Amino acid sequence: MNLLLVAPLLVPLAGGVLALLVRSPSAERAIGVGSAFALLAVAVALFGVALEQGYATSQMGEWPVPFGITLVLDRLAATMLLVTAVLAVAVTLNALGGADTRGRHFHALVQFQLLGVNGAFLTGDLFNLFVFFEVLLIASYALLMHGARPERTVATVHVAVLNLLGSTLFLVAVGCIYAAAGSLNLADLAERAATLPADREGLWRAGAWLLVVVFALKAALLPLGFWLPTAYAAADGTVAALFAILTKVGVVAILRTGTLLFGDIGLEPVVLALAIATLALGAVGMMAARRLSQLAAYAVVLSVGTLLLAVSLSTRASIAAAVFYLMQGTVASAGLFLIAERVGLLRGASADRLVPATEIRGRLALPLAFLVTAVAIAGLPPFGGFIAKVALLDAAADAGRAAWVFPAILVTTLLAIVALARAGSILFWKSASGVGREEPAGRLAGAAAAALGIGTLLLATSPLVFYGGAAMEHAHATAAQLLDPAAYVRAVHAGDPTREAP
Amino acid sequence: MEALFAAALGLLVAAGVYLTLRPRLFSVLLGLTLLSYAVNLFLLASGGLLAGRLPLTDQPPPWPDPLPQALILTAIVISFGMTAFLIVLSLRAVAETGHDHVEGREEEGGR
Repeated sequence: MNLLLVAPLLVPLAGGVLALLVRSPSAERAIGVGSAFALLAVAVALFGVALEQGYATSQMGEWPVPFGITLVLDRLAATMLLVTAVLAVAVTLNALGGADTRGRHFHALVQFQLLGVNGAFLTGDLFNLFVFFEVLLIASYALLMHGARPERTVATVHVAVLNLLGSTLFLVAVGCIYAAAGSLNLADLAERAATLPADREGLWRAGAWLLVVVFALKAALLPLGFWLPTAYAAADGTVAALFAILTKVGVVAILRTGTLLFGDIGLEPVVLALAIATLALGAVGMMAARRLSQLAAYAVVLSVGTLLLAVSLSTRASIAAAVFYLMQGTVASAGLFLIAERVGLLRGASADRLVPATEIRGRLALPLAFLVTAVAIAGLPPFGGFIAKVALLDAAADAGRAAWVFPAILVTTLLAIVALARAGSILFWKSASGVGREEPAGRLAGAAAAALGIGTLLLATSPLVFYGGAAMEHAHATAAQLLDPAAYVRAVHAGDPTREAP
Repeated sequence: MEALFAAALGLLVAAGVYLTLRPRLFSVLLGLTLLSYAVNLFLLASGGLLAGRLPLTDQPPPWPDPLPQALILTAIVISFGMTAFLIVLSLRAVAETGHDHVEGREEEGGR
C-alpha cells in the first residue's frame, strides 16, 4: 500500500473531521488553511511521482487486483490533483476575508468536497467513482446553501434532485456494465471489454452510454447543463470558485472512461455536436449576463464546451490541448468568481450587476486582476488559454474537423471577448455620479484575503505562460498515456501485492 | 421469475419517473425514493437471479453473486442519506418560499 497515494484522501478527511470538532472559528480557519497547504504539498509530491514514473498504483488492504479498492495515479490524475490543491489554497485564503463566517462549517465542508474530488480523480474502480461522486455532491449541496438566501435554497433543491436522478442512472449503468463484463475495476474492465461475448455487447453499450449521460450531467454538457448557470450564479462567490473544479470532474471522467473503456461505442460525433452547442450557450450566456457572477458561470459553460470539443476529437494532439486547457481554464474561471465577489462587495447596493454605479476608486489591483483573468478566459495571448486554443485548432485541422471546430471556437472566443470587455468597461470605467464607497474600517482583512486568493490563482497560471513549452510537453505526454490503455492495465497489475515476482 | 421481476421493476420506474416530473416537492421526493428502490432491485438482477440460495456459505453450487448485494448495501446507505438530506432541504425551501412548488414560486394559473 502506497501511503503517499492515499494522502490526498486522508489529508482532507482528517482536516474536515478536525474542523468539525473544534469550537472556535479561528481554530477552524487554521485547520482549513493548514490542510489546504498540506494538500498542496502532497499534490506537488505526487505530481513529481507521476512525472518520474508515469504510473503509481495502490491496492487498499493488499487485496489482489480485480478485488478491493484500487487507486491509480497517472499524469492526468496528478495534474488534476495539483489544480484542485491550488484552488483549495486560493479558496480557503479568500474565505478568511469573511466568506467563512456567513454560514457554519465552511472549512469542514470545503475539506469534504476536496475528499470527494480527489477520490474521483484517483480511483481505479467504477463503483468507487460513484461513491466519491456522492461525497463531493453532498458537500457541494451544503456549500451551495452556504450563506443562506431563498434563491440559494431553491437552486440547491434543483441541483440535488437532478444529481439524485444522475446517481440513479449511474447505478443503472454500473449494473449494466457489471452484468455485461462481470467486473467494475477499470483496468479489469479494459481487459474484458476486448473479449466480450457477442450477446453481452448490447448491455455493455447501454451501460456505457448511460455512464456518459451521467458524466455529461456532472460536466454540464448540453442538453444536461441548464442547471449550472443558475446554481453557480446563486452561490457565494468563494464557493462558486471551488465549484469550478466540479464540472472538470465530469470532463475527466468522460476522458478517462472514453479512452480506457469506450473507445468503440461511437462517442465522438455525438460529444462533438453537443460540445459545440454548449460552446454556443456559454458564449451567448456571457453576452446576455446581467451580473458578473452570472457571466463567470457562463464562462464555466464555455470552458466545458471547449474541453469536451477537444476530448471528442480524441487524437493525441487534441487531448493534449484539453489537458492544457484543464490546467488553465479551471484556475481562470475560479479567479473570475473571486473577482466578481470582491467587486460585488466593493460596489455596495448595485453589487456585481453590470450597471454603472459608484466608482471603485484608488484600486488598481482589482481592475488589473480582472484584465488578466478576462484575457486568460477569452484565450488571448500571452496566457495559457491562447496556447490551448491554438493547439486545439491545430489538432482539429489534423483530425479533419476544421469545418466544425474553427467557426465554433473562433466565434465563441470573439463573443467571450466582447462580453468580458463590456463587463470590464461598465464595472471599472463607467461610473455613475457620486464618490466611491469607502472601505469600512476593519474590512482591510477582506481586501487582504481577496488579494491572497486571487493572487494565488494568478500566480498558479503563470508557469503556463513562462514554461509554456514544458507544460505543453507534459500535456502531450499525458495524452499519449491516456491513449495507451494497455499501459494502464499493466501498471495496475504491476501494483498487485499478491503477484509473484517475474 | 425474471418476467415478474422485470415487470415489477418497470412499474416502479414508471411510477418514479411520473412522480419526479410532478410540480410539487413532496411528489418529487416520493418519485426519487421509488426510483432508488427500483435501481437497487436492478443491481440485484445484474448478478443473475437465483431463488433460495445464499452466497458465501458451504452450500453446493450454484451460488448467487455476492458482489451486487454489497453494491446494493452501499447504494441503500447513500440513497437513504441523500433522500434524508433532500427532505430537510425541501422543508427549508417550503419554510423560506412559503410553498412547495419546485420552482419556489407558484406558476401563473397553476394549481
